[in-house]
Order: sequence, then structure tokens, then C-alpha cells
Amino acid sequence: MLRLPWFEYRSPRSVAEAVKILAGEGPQAMLVAGGTDLLPNMKRRHQSPKVLVSLRAVDELRKLNGSYGAGLTLAEVVAHPGTPGALRHAAAQVATAQIRNMGTLGGNLCLDTRCTYYNQTEEWRKAIDYCLKKDGSVCWVATASKRCVAVSSTDTAPALIALDAKVTLVGPGGEREIPVESLYNNDGIDYLSRKPDEVLSAIVIPSSWKSVYWKLRRRGSFDFPLLGVAAALKMDGDVVADARIALGAVASRPFRIEKAGEFLKGKRLTDEVIAEAATLVANRAKPMDNTDMDLYWRKEVADDFAGYALKELRGDDMGAIRLRTARYLPG
Amino acid sequence: MAAIPERVHLTMQVNGEAAPVSFAPYKTLLEVLREDLGLTGTKHGCELGECGACTVLVDGQPVLSCLALALECGGRAIETIEGVQRGPELHPLQAAFADCGGSQCGYCTPGVIMTAKALLARNPAPTRDEIREATAGNLCRCTGYQQITEAIESAATLLRAERT
Ligand SMILES: Cc1cc2nc3c(=O)[nH]c(=O)nc-3n(C[C@H](O)[C@H](O)[C@H](O)COP(=O)(O)OP(=O)(O)OC[C@H]3O[C@@H](n4cnc5c(N)ncnc54)[C@H](O)[C@@H]3O)c2cc1C
Ligand code: FES
Ligand code: FES
Repeated sequence: MLRLPWFEYRSPRSVAEAVKILAGEGPQAMLVAGGTDLLPNMKRRHQSPKVLVSLRAVDELRKLNGSYGAGLTLAEVVAHPGTPGALRHAAAQVATAQIRNMGTLGGNLCLDTRCTYYNQTEEWRKAIDYCLKKDGSVCWVATASKRCVAVSSTDTAPALIALDAKVTLVGPGGEREIPVESLYNNDGIDYLSRKPDEVLSAIVIPSSWKSVYWKLRRRGSFDFPLLGVAAALKMDGDVVADARIALGAVASRPFRIEKAGEFLKGKRLTDEVIAEAATLVANRAKPMDNTDMDLYWRKEVADDFAGYALKELRGDDMGAIRLRTARYLPG
Repeated sequence: MAAIPERVHLTMQVNGEAAPVSFAPYKTLLEVLREDLGLTGTKHGCELGECGACTVLVDGQPVLSCLALALECGGRAIETIEGVQRGPELHPLQAAFADCGGSQCGYCTPGVIMTAKALLARNPAPTRDEIREATAGNLCRCTGYQQITEAIESAATLLRAERT
């Protein structure tokens, strides 16, 4: 049996009240939204917060007007007709239907980093003397590494980075808005720039981009990304006016590949241009051997996936490849 | 810090009946259903969200009871496999699973049936692809899924016939 540890449960009604509880309780408190990441982690004793601050009764986090409330479920984000392509593709491919009914957009952005030596039960981790990320001193993926290399595994973050989205963080001193990319540090342990007493309240997405998200995983459901490629374009006729490409699941943070975006500007999306942009993207994909599938394969297909994303944006019918690689067809 | 309460008392609506229950605050909905309410039809698989065996309906939506905090379920409508049959009669989904071989060892079956029930409530005539998509969060180690898809398809036909 994997029981949850004991905790004190708090259920604030507003963001302000949640922030107040976080500020008062300090690091022993943690937010819980859908619980689909935090509760499995608590069962494996990755986190054992003394106080759980639930966002479930905070109605203001469930708003969808202009911005996306952090408390919307992934199923709600997928169902919303105005959700841009990349975000819809990403949210629709998270986990399973049941989990998308429970898990929230805010929880997905704040998802803990993952690693084969970390996402294991307490007994398993104890048997290897734990690891750098939690309770141990060695990173078993790269034993010489001083830094934890656990992988950022959120599907929606690269999509939102490509879409040039911003998140709002509310803390005791007020509100701040930052680009989604700045929410992340390239550190498997300290992976968020969010302060412990801040609540991520909303996501603002400019509507002017045409965008897609491609995900590599073993099975057509359940699996976390082993590679995520998000691409967003603004077109001027058949010439690229602006381009943003982001990668997920190849480092401790999702990040944008500025060079590829710059390269595409002012060009037509010919096969040659797409191939060269895809190479620029793949050059930045340097995953570590700490997820499912061969490391070799995850590197090998990075340029293919970047190419698929750009071809789909060009208007090619990529349905067959979507089905073959991820068993997903955007509706 | 306030002391952690020993037990939580609340009332859930379980299969249409008010179910007052008292449990330790760290318990999941799965644990409360099985251990405190004696409803062992809902199965306990991976406990980590990775199999779907524990799927129940909360306010009509399929969710994983192993990842739901029971103390967040006060006042909510919970539907489990025990509430599916119609008096002494099997629900068409149950009958179809038996007839089509959609259930072998049976461990995944309660979760699949609850998922399918929610699907048919919102889409009475799903295509095979829609059935596969809706049940993609329920692992089955026996049937190979084909019989599950056929059972849901056949139950959908039965349920549509009932409505007309
Ligand atoms: C079997 C399985 C498969 C999965 N597959 C995927 C996948 O393919 N892709 C993927 O991206 N995820 C996957 N997940 C992870 C998870 O289900 C999703 O990321 C989900 O969106 C998390 O949202 P939540 O509301 O459940 O988060 P919670 O578990 O409630 O919270 C996650 C973290 O975010 C923090 N948090 C939550 N809300 C806020 C907020 N508003 N402000 C600040 N901090 C907050 C919490 O403190 C916690 O640290 C999977 C999970 C499981 C169990
Ligand atoms: S027991 Fe809940 S998903 Fe496996
Ligand atoms: S019938 Fe045995 S797991 Fe599905």
C-alpha cells in the first residue's frame, strides 16, 4: 500500500487567502490543485508537506475570459474553442482522460521535474542510497554532476513558450507578470523561479500565432513526453514574418531556440528551409539518459519532430505521422 | 499550527444515497470507498494514476479515486460499479462485457465500465476510435482491448434501443 503521509488540510476561498496561508506557514506548506502530480509524489515521499493548501475552492482560478485561470482542468482547456493549436495539442496529450479531468493548467506548469532514479517508491530509492534530487548526495545519471539533471516533463510549458504567453504570479507583495520561459530554472531541484509564497493565478496568451505541438512518447496515452516540440508562426502571405520554437523534456527546463526562429524570419517554408531550421532545433536537444526510451533515439528524432511541426504549419497533412508516432489526431 | 484532526467526518452521495463517513484525513477516495464504506468493487491497482483500475465517476466525470482526496468529496456525487446494476438486472454495459468477453480476470472491468458509462452518457453513438480514445486511460492486461471496444459498442446499441 502506498498511503499518503499525514498533513493538515486548508481550503482557502481566494488567491489572497491562499497567499496569506503560504506566507504564514513557510516552506512546510504546499499548494495542491488537481493533485495528479503532488499526490503520487507524496505517496513516494518525494514531498511531505505538513500543510496542504488546496486551490479547489478558489473560484477565481477557474475563469476563462481573455486569460486562462490556472485552476482550469486540462480537459476544460482542450474543450475551449478558442484554445490555440499548440496548447490544445499539448493539453490533449497529457496523461489520460481521467487525469485531464482532474489535473489543472497551473499544476501542469509547476509540475515537478522527473527522473528514473527519482520517480520511484521510498523503498526503491533507499536501496540506491537516494539521489541528489531528494535525500541523497549523488546524481546517478551523471555521477560527476553537481547539479540535479531531472527532466522538465510538462507538455504545456513548451507550447506556451512558443505562443509567447505570460503567467501571473500573486505573492504577499502583489502581482507580477513574467514570460512563461522565465518561470523556469535549468535546475532539476530548484526548477521554478516562482517564490514559495506565490500562487500562479493566470496565463495570458496572445492570439496572433498559428501553432502546433508534437510529442514523443512510447504509448498513445499515459506517458510523459520524451521530447516535446512546439512551434508558432506569424505569416505574411507565404513568407514567415515571425517564428518561435520551443523544446520540452530535453533539459531541466523547457526553452526557446531563438536561432531557429531568427533563421525562419523572411523565408518561405520550403523543404530545405524546414530541414535547416530543424537541424538548428535538434542541435539544442541534449537530453540525459534518465527517461523512458534510448537516449540515442530521443536525440535522433529531434530534427524529424521539428520538421513535422513546421510542415504541419505549412499546411501539409501530417495526420498519418501523428497517428503513427503518438496516436493523436488534433480534432 | 492547529493540531491535525484525527478524523474527518463528512457525507458523500454514493450511488445515489447519502453516505456519512468518518476517516483519517490522508485517505484517498479509493481507500475510503474500499476500507470505510466496504465498497470493494472499485479496484486498487497502481495507486499512482498509472492504470485506471480505480476509476469512479465524480459528478458524472471519470476520475481516478487513488488520486482524489476523500476530504474533498463531501457533498459530491460518487458513482461506483456497485451502483451500476438495475436492481436484480445487469446494466447493459455489464451484460455486454459478459457476452462479448470484455472481462477476463475482471480486475480492470469496474474502471472500464465506469469510464464507458460516462462516455455513453455524453455520446450515445460513439465510433470505435472514440471508444478507444475514451478508454485509453484504462489498462487491461488480459483482453487485448478488442473485446472491450466491442462490448461498449454493443452496450451503446442496447442503450439506444431502450431510449426509443
Ligand atoms: C500516470 C500519469 C501520467 C502523466 N502524464 C503527463 C504527461 O504526459 N504530461 C504532463 O505534462 N504531465 C503528466 N502528468 C502529470 C500531471 O497529471 C499533470 O502535469 C497535471 O496537469 C498536473 O496538474 P495538477 O493540478 O494535478 O497538479 P498538482 O499535483 O495539484 O500540483 C503539481 C505542482 O504544482 C503546484 N501547483 C499547482 N497549482 C499551482 C498554482 N496555481 N500556483 C503555484 N503552484 C501550483 C503544486 O504545489 C505542485 O507542486 C501525469 C501524471 C500521471 C499520474
Ligand atoms: S489505482 Fe488509480 S490509476 Fe491505478
Ligand atoms: S480483464 Fe484482466 S486486466 Fe482486463
